Amino acid sequence: MKSYALFLGCTVPVRGMHYEASARLISDKLGFHLVDVPEFGCCGFPLEGADHLTSYVMAAMSLAAAERKDLDIVTLCSACTATLTKANKKLKEDRALREEVNKVLAETGAEFKGKTNIKHFARVLVEEVGYDKIKAAVTNPLTGLKVAAHYGCHYLKPSEIYEGFDSSERPVTLDKLIEAIGATHIEYEDKLQCCGGGILGFDELSALKMTQSKLQHIKEAGADAMTFICPFCAVMYDANQKTAEMKVGGKFALPGLYFPQLLGLAMGYTPKQVALDLNRVKVNLKFPEAKA
Amino acid sequence: MADDVIDADELDPGFKYEISKQPGGENLKLCFQCGTCSGTCPVRAINDKYNPRRIIRMALLGMRKEVLCSDFIWLCSTCYACHERCPQNVRIPELMFAIRNIALREGNIHPVYKGYVDALDGHGRLLEVGEFENEKRVKYGLPPIAEEKERVRKIFHHTRIKDRTDGKLKGGEACATEGSK
Ligand code: SF4
Ligand code: SF4
Repeated sequence: MKSYALFLGCTVPVRGMHYEASARLISDKLGFHLVDVPEFGCCGFPLEGADHLTSYVMAAMSLAAAERKDLDIVTLCSACTATLTKANKKLKEDRALREEVNKVLAETGAEFKGKTNIKHFARVLVEEVGYDKIKAAVTNPLTGLKVAAHYGCHYLKPSEIYEGFDSSERPVTLDKLIEAIGATHIEYEDKLQCCGGGILGFDELSALKMTQSKLQHIKEAGADAMTFICPFCAVMYDANQKTAEMKVGGKFALPGLYFPQLLGLAMGYTPKQVALDLNRVKVNLKFPEAKA
Repeated sequence: MADDVIDADELDPGFKYEISKQPGGENLKLCFQCGTCSGTCPVRAINDKYNPRRIIRMALLGMRKEVLCSDFIWLCSTCYACHERCPQNVRIPELMFAIRNIALREGNIHPVYKGYVDALDGHGRLLEVGEFENEKRVKYGLPPIAEEKERVRKIFHHTRIKDRTDGKLKGGEACATEGSK
C-alpha cells in the first residue's frame, strides 16, 4: 500500500476538520495510507504576495520534511497544492534560488533536495485509486442525489504545473467521481467560476458576490447539494452562505459537502463519522441507510 | 492638470524592468493588450476598480507610483482563469504577486498581509491551534497539532519580512504615506 505524507496546511486542521476526518477515514480502505509529519507547517501561499523568498522558504521547509521521510505528499487544500507544486518545480529548476533558499533553511537544520512530489487528494483518488476501485468500494450508492461539482481554481490551475491532469477549461474528474459514488452530476452556468475566497480579506462584498452568483447558478440547475475539495471554497460556499444571502441576496439553503464526506457516506460510514455536523448549512438529504 | 491625465514627465521607464526582475514578473513586457484577461476576470466583472489589462498597461507605461500605491493591486483573486487564456503567457496572477512584493517594499503595507505575518510569527501557522482547537480535533478523532513557531521565526528573522510589515525597514518609500490609507 502506498503511503503519503498528509499535508494539512493552516486552514484544514482548524476550519476543515470534517474534510480531514473524512479523508483520513476512507484512505486505507481505498488502498493508500496517510502519514502525519509533525514538521509540516504553512505552505507559503499567504506570503507569495508579500515576499517571494519567505514564501519559497516556507514551502521548502515542508517539502524537505517529506523528503526526509522519503514520502510523496498528498494535500487537501487546493491552494497548498499549487503553492507547494510551484515551489517544488521552481526550486528544482532555478539553482541560484535553491541555494538562496537552502541558505535560509539551513538555520532550521533542513535542506531542500527536490525529491518529493505533490498530489491533491482528489487527484490521488482519480489517478492512484481509480474510478473502478472507488465504485467497488461503494456499498451505499447515493442514487438519485443531484450534486454540482465545484472544481475551484488551484486544483487544476495553473495547468502548466499539473502535467496534463484533467482540463482547466473543461474539467471532468470531480463529475466522474460524483458518478462513481452513484450520484448524478449536475451541469450549471459558469461552472469554472472562482469562489472569491482570495479577496475576502481585501474586498468582502466583491468576494461574496462571486460566491453568491455560483450558489444561484447551482440552485437554478436543480442540484440537491454541491461538493468541493478546498477549505477556502468551503468557507465561502458553506460557512459564508448566510452572509452572502444577507449581503448580496437570495435564499439558497444549499448544502455543501467535501467530496471525501460524500464518498465516505457512499462507502457506508455514518453521517457522524464523516462529521456532517460540522457543515454549516444543514445537510438534511436522504442518504441510504448507513451500516453502523 | 486634471487627475486622470497622464503627465509623461512623471513616468518611470525603468518600472517595467524592475517588475520583470521580480519572480513572477518576467513576462510583463510580452503583453500586447488584447484584453483577454479582463474579459475573463471574475473580479473585473463585478468591480470596476479592478482591470488587469489596464494595470499592465499602466505598469508598461511606467506609472510606478500609481500602480504600487493603489488599492487595486490587492483585488486579484488568484483564480488563474486569465493565466490559462492569455495568448502571451504573461502569467497575470504571478505578475500581481510580483507587483505586491515591490509595493510592500515601497511601504504599501496592507493590513491583511501584516495580519498574515503576525499570525505566522505568533503561531507558526495562519490559524492558531491552541487548547480549544486541539480539544475539538480530538473529539473528531484527529491527532492534536503542536504549534512550531521557532522555525518560522528564524526564517522571518533572516528575510526580515516582519520588520517589513511592521514598517521598520527603510528603503523605497514611494507609498509610505499613502499606502495604508
Ligand atoms: S490576456 Fe495577456 S496579452 Fe492579453 S491583455 Fe491580458 S496580459 Fe496582455
Ligand atoms: S487571476 Fe486575478 S486577474 Fe486573472 S482572472 Fe483571476 S482574479 Fe482576474
